[in-house]
Amino acid sequence: MLITCPYCGPRDVIEFTYQGDGNRQRPQPASQNLDAWNAYVYDRLNPAGDHNEIWQHSGGCRAHLRVVRNTLTHEISSTAFARGDHNSVARHRAEDKP
Amino acid sequence: MVERQSPLEPVLHPGSHGDFEHGVEIILSETRPGSILQLAAWPGEEKTLMAGIHTITGLTLPDGAGGGVTNGARSVFGFAPGKFTVVDEAEGLATAFADVVTPAIGTVTDLSHGRTAIRIAGPKAEWVLAKFFAIDFALPAFPIGAGRSTMHHDVFAQIQRTAADQFDIYVFRSFARSFWKALCHASEEVGYDVQ
Ligand SMILES: [Zn+2]
Repeated sequence: MLITCPYCGPRDVIEFTYQGDGNRQRPQPASQNLDAWNAYVYDRLNPAGDHNEIWQHSGGCRAHLRVVRNTLTHEISSTAFARGDHNSVARHRAEDKP
Repeated sequence: MVERQSPLEPVLHPGSHGDFEHGVEIILSETRPGSILQLAAWPGEEKTLMAGIHTITGLTLPDGAGGGVTNGARSVFGFAPGKFTVVDEAEGLATAFADVVTPAIGTVTDLSHGRTAIRIAGPKAEWVLAKFFAIDFALPAFPIGAGRSTMHHDVFAQIQRTAADQFDIYVFRSFARSFWKALCHASEEVGYDVQ
């Protein structure tokens, strides 16, 4: 399985660490809403198909990524920096420029 | 100044090794730079940091991920978003950057004693490195000056191409001896010189 890091380009999955379900909504740290905490810790969509995930390129640039992976085929349909503000800066691969 | 000891010392044996009767196609050496720094910009401060790198080193970083440049004595390359490795033959680079990379711009981390710099050169350099790392070492995909962050099993490596057939590899000092021996083994079948 290859994941295309927005910074490093396509890399083998061995360079990445799975950081969990990207759909989770973490409650405010001070929240005492037990239902919200329960949903954050336990509720999962478990789809047979496209799944929003967080991965870290731990064996490369170490950036955290938003990845959409198909749980049936392992096809990666999109990758982006989890911290969106880097997308606006000139951080795309130099070779991709026209 | 304190004499710096190399972790490669017990295993670095100058001379020709492996199957060199038909010629030497790999040259391995330790470059022992005086300064190895990691510079990181806060989001939005990348251009300011790149300008600061130019002020101190005279090197102009190209735009784009993994872009880099070398002039022989000094080298710089991007290895992550907003982060750069800067290397100088001379010691004292961290002190020079302290005034330019202010806390408002980013951070300076001195890794001079934490990394070991290994140079692999020769017509088979790409071929040997391809045994270690699952990245494209061909010149169009990995231009001169550019940097890459990757790993060989658990050995995290930053690689800069410093000439058409030459790469500088920065590994953790604690992994350096083992990685050096692995490089030697991988180079045996094409014949290699240690300098
Ligand atoms: Zn990456």
